Amino acid sequence: MAEAVKSIFKRPRAFTDVVTHYCPGCTHGIIHRLVAEAIDELGIRERTVGVAPVGCSVFIYNYFDTDFLEAAHGRAPALATGLKRTRPELILFTYQGDGDLASIGTAEIIHAANRGEKITTIFVNNAIYGMTGGQMAPTTMPGQVTTTTPYGRDVKWIGFPIRMCELLATLRTPAYVERVSVHTPHHIINAKHAVLKAFRNQVEGKRFTFVEFLSTCPTNWGLTPRESTAWLEKNMLPYYPLGCFKDTYYEEEPE
Amino acid sequence: MAKILMKGNEALGEAAIRAGGIHYFAYPITPQSEVGEYLCKRLPEVGGTFVQAESEVAVGNMLFGAASSGKRVFTSSSSPGISLMQEAISYIAGAHLPAVFINVVRGGPGLGGILPAQSDYFQATKGGGHGDYRTLVLAPSTVQEAVDLTMLAFHLAQKYRNPAMILADGMIGQMMEAVEFPDKYVEDELPPTDEWAITGCKGRERRIIKSLFLDPVALDKNSFELEKKYQQMREKEVRYESYNIEADNQVLLVSYGTMARICQTVIDELKKKGISVGLLRPITLFPFPAEELCREAGKKNIKAVMSIEMSTGQMVEDVERFVRGQKPVTHYGRTGGIVPSPEEVSEEIMKVLESKKNRG
Amino acid sequence: MPGITIDKNQCKGCELCVNACPQQIISMSKEITKRGYFYAQVHDPSRCIGCRMCAITCPDAAIEVHSHGTMYVLFEY
Repeated sequence: MAEAVKSIFKRPRAFTDVVTHYCPGCTHGIIHRLVAEAIDELGIRERTVGVAPVGCSVFIYNYFDTDFLEAAHGRAPALATGLKRTRPELILFTYQGDGDLASIGTAEIIHAANRGEKITTIFVNNAIYGMTGGQMAPTTMPGQVTTTTPYGRDVKWIGFPIRMCELLATLRTPAYVERVSVHTPHHIINAKHAVLKAFRNQVEGKRFTFVEFLSTCPTNWGLTPRESTAWLEKNMLPYYPLGCFKDTYYEEEPE
Repeated sequence: MAKILMKGNEALGEAAIRAGGIHYFAYPITPQSEVGEYLCKRLPEVGGTFVQAESEVAVGNMLFGAASSGKRVFTSSSSPGISLMQEAISYIAGAHLPAVFINVVRGGPGLGGILPAQSDYFQATKGGGHGDYRTLVLAPSTVQEAVDLTMLAFHLAQKYRNPAMILADGMIGQMMEAVEFPDKYVEDELPPTDEWAITGCKGRERRIIKSLFLDPVALDKNSFELEKKYQQMREKEVRYESYNIEADNQVLLVSYGTMARICQTVIDELKKKGISVGLLRPITLFPFPAEELCREAGKKNIKAVMSIEMSTGQMVEDVERFVRGQKPVTHYGRTGGIVPSPEEVSEEIMKVLESKKNRG
Repeated sequence: MPGITIDKNQCKGCELCVNACPQQIISMSKEITKRGYFYAQVHDPSRCIGCRMCAITCPDAAIEVHSHGTMYVLFEY
């Protein structure tokens, strides 16, 4: 007697059925899927609007079955601010890489966070500039070789990498700031809960939620996808600690 | 409707609200900070949005996001701030979105000064940002006209789905004049915004608002779609005013904004001395009243055409272009915040006429 | 009995699922897809425990996991 076949994992509805342009093993695909799962589980697909960055994920609008805006480099939080303030019923998220958010966009992200815009920012930190061919990012590790630091990042000349979660967590207004990783299935499962929490906070009207994803870039790191996950574990995890940096909304804080 | 005495900056803000522009994102900059100071009190009264952004760069991009909602959005700034918004204006045009920019021009370049000037003609009409796009530019010369043109700007921005700019100057921003607010600005029917606006994809296919077209054929198509709109603007939206255009004009002045008002005084003074001068005042700087200028300049009685602008010579290039070599064209202007007096301008006109006489 | 299907059209041969599978029953094929990638395939389907680790780590959401009859859910996902 044939038993019922039950699907226990499939591609989320909000994730369109196209082959992405990302490199094999690129963690963008995993993060996209986690965001799509959160959108599905909260039932918000029809009122979610994403804001695309400039970077490898510039074409993210092809991969989500939601309305999308394409921002200028670094400006996604400003666009999201504009749209959320004029249409507060929408759920807004920005999806940004390390150049977009931690370099050209530092003013926009800090102020959107500080004003407490009711948006969710997904920050993909892979310690390098992917789309433009592997240059140094503000998040590049000390000693890491990139096309613009051919002898390794020399902290004496260009300083240490920026830790965005810690920076944003010093602001009083944001509701939720967490750093996660996607280099093993275990970490991906924790990351999924963080993304769900971030979007759920926005649905509940809380202000500014931020999830930083430690990610790999096999192509520009010059490693295979499997080697890249090991490199992340060895080099990035010690400097970028995982965990929740802020989970109180300023109205709940004791005086 | 009763007339009220209002400061230009405040009248600009009120005009926007009357036109339904109730979503405002801005950054303070002299000489227009009063626009924001006025609006932050008025906008909550009408259920609008007021955000003081962290920089004009952010303002321009907030406008992009807000414009995609289909609602009427605007900002106000001055020359250096408008420079920072150029990236966003280019994106807004490329994505076919409506937004209104009020530019209360001050002296430049660089940090410049805070007094009025007209040195942003190039920036406003020739792009300013990158790519094949134009901004529809309206130049008021009185506070009342600033009110009327601001209301028109929202209408035209939505009609063409393009950025529109009010090119005022520090004088208009700061002075007080009597204004009357029309109840509503209605010219022709506007296309509905819900055919393209971002509202969440319930009940329809998802929409993407972008200006990225990596395929050259697609980008060529987008740019020519924009050009088609600009061609329609050139055919249908030209606005200008003539002052004292008579058959015995010896010189034709071309001037806009507050400078044009000074030219009117000059014309009246010279008339008393028996010298007839006419003024063509463009109200739309883009689209420029090209045909009108060509026609007026071509008249036999005109000996010379002068572009009078508070700059070192920007509009004069368009004036030369549209006079099409029919008559000699010169520019007179002061900048840095200096407003030429009627006497100065008269002297210049006399010099031009003298030189024509000597050459016979 | 749980099992997985891998969409060859989506698979880019990144091999992350090979690492992720605790039963080590996924390996790469010797043939290439029409996009030019060696694709992942299950070489011993009878030992699949439906843990979903492969599907969770796949960057292209190329893996679907299904079960027949009773299944113990090992973690909340």
